[in-house]
Amino acid sequence: MSWLADLFKGRKPEPQTASNAKERLQIVLAHERIGRTREDFLPKLQMEIVAVVARYVAIDPGRVNVSLDRGGDMSTLAIEIDLPGPPANTGRRAAAG
Amino acid sequence: MAEIIVVTSGKGGVGKTTSSAAIATGLAQRGKRTVVIDFDVGLRNLDLIMGVERRVVFDIVNVISGEARLNQALIKDKRVDTLSILPASQTRDKDALTKEGVGKIIEELSKDHDFIVCDSPAGIEKGALLALYFADQAIVVTNPEVSSVRDSDRILGVLQSKSKRAEDKREPVREHLLVTRYDPVRVEKGEMLKLEDIREILAIPLLGVIPESESVLKASNTGNPVIMDQESAAGQAYKDAVGRFLGEKIEHRFLEPSKKGLFSRLFGGRAA
Repeated sequence: MSWLADLFKGRKPEPQTASNAKERLQIVLAHERIGRTREDFLPKLQMEIVAVVARYVAIDPGRVNVSLDRGGDMSTLAIEIDLPGPPANTGRRAAAG
Repeated sequence: MAEIIVVTSGKGGVGKTTSSAAIATGLAQRGKRTVVIDFDVGLRNLDLIMGVERRVVFDIVNVISGEARLNQALIKDKRVDTLSILPASQTRDKDALTKEGVGKIIEELSKDHDFIVCDSPAGIEKGALLALYFADQAIVVTNPEVSSVRDSDRILGVLQSKSKRAEDKREPVREHLLVTRYDPVRVEKGEMLKLEDIREILAIPLLGVIPESESVLKASNTGNPVIMDQESAAGQAYKDAVGRFLGEKIEHRFLEPSKKGLFSRLFGGRAA
């Protein structure tokens, strides 16, 4: 019947946003329920990974990009660290080290 | 011994106070000696919804601090004689509520009541934690909307870890889902979360579904709990919910759009 109404109104049916809501809720709650029993380790994990990289490569802490995508089946944690090019002069290297 | 019920939600504005007033009134109408307590110190509103705002002399904070006796602060409802209201303080800050103070009040009320309904403030701060701390049962009020469902899930976690029953490692607080502001027309259009979706996500027993209804605002305008309006769908849905709470088997209603004739479809007219 709704196609008939749509025909008369002359517009396409709107996307069903409710199913979107359900899917988003299921994913976010699955993650939050885990977090309830365990402390949130992500900030610490990020800090430690960056610290390990910094031990070997001089990096600018302002140029570290961390992104997280919590999915239903799989989550990805991406840590993007800008590695500086070959040093222009020795002064910079000393400062970084 | 009274049964202690918390009406809670995490999120604000979903209908905790409306539901507390309706359910407390409904229990009292069934002859249960009932008291409903406002835990929202600083932002009290239960008095308005119950229509007793002009009769408030003392409040829960006065009782805790020893400035008034409990009997002086309790307001007897004039419509249902087994119902009374304990208002929150409007002027004091939230720190005035203490676990010991609230515990004493609940213990004293337990002696001569069947049900103590605790109307929780929004959030998961002190007032909300104290409202749920002593609970035997929890009514989790949820709107068919993402932020409300998420906050309800969060408050369920709090009930399972921070209530007195959880601390004492007793049988857990019995949880009930009360979905409010449900609009079957929007659900049918796919614009609103379905009841089955909310049930699947929160996975607690369903106490009732209160349809979106103009009568709720009318009821609060006049200070009459909406359950007293048995003409309205919301009032009837609350009455059903109270019956289920008392163990009766009552089928859920108002889940489908009401079947209207062509005339009212064309010329509008909304559910009462």
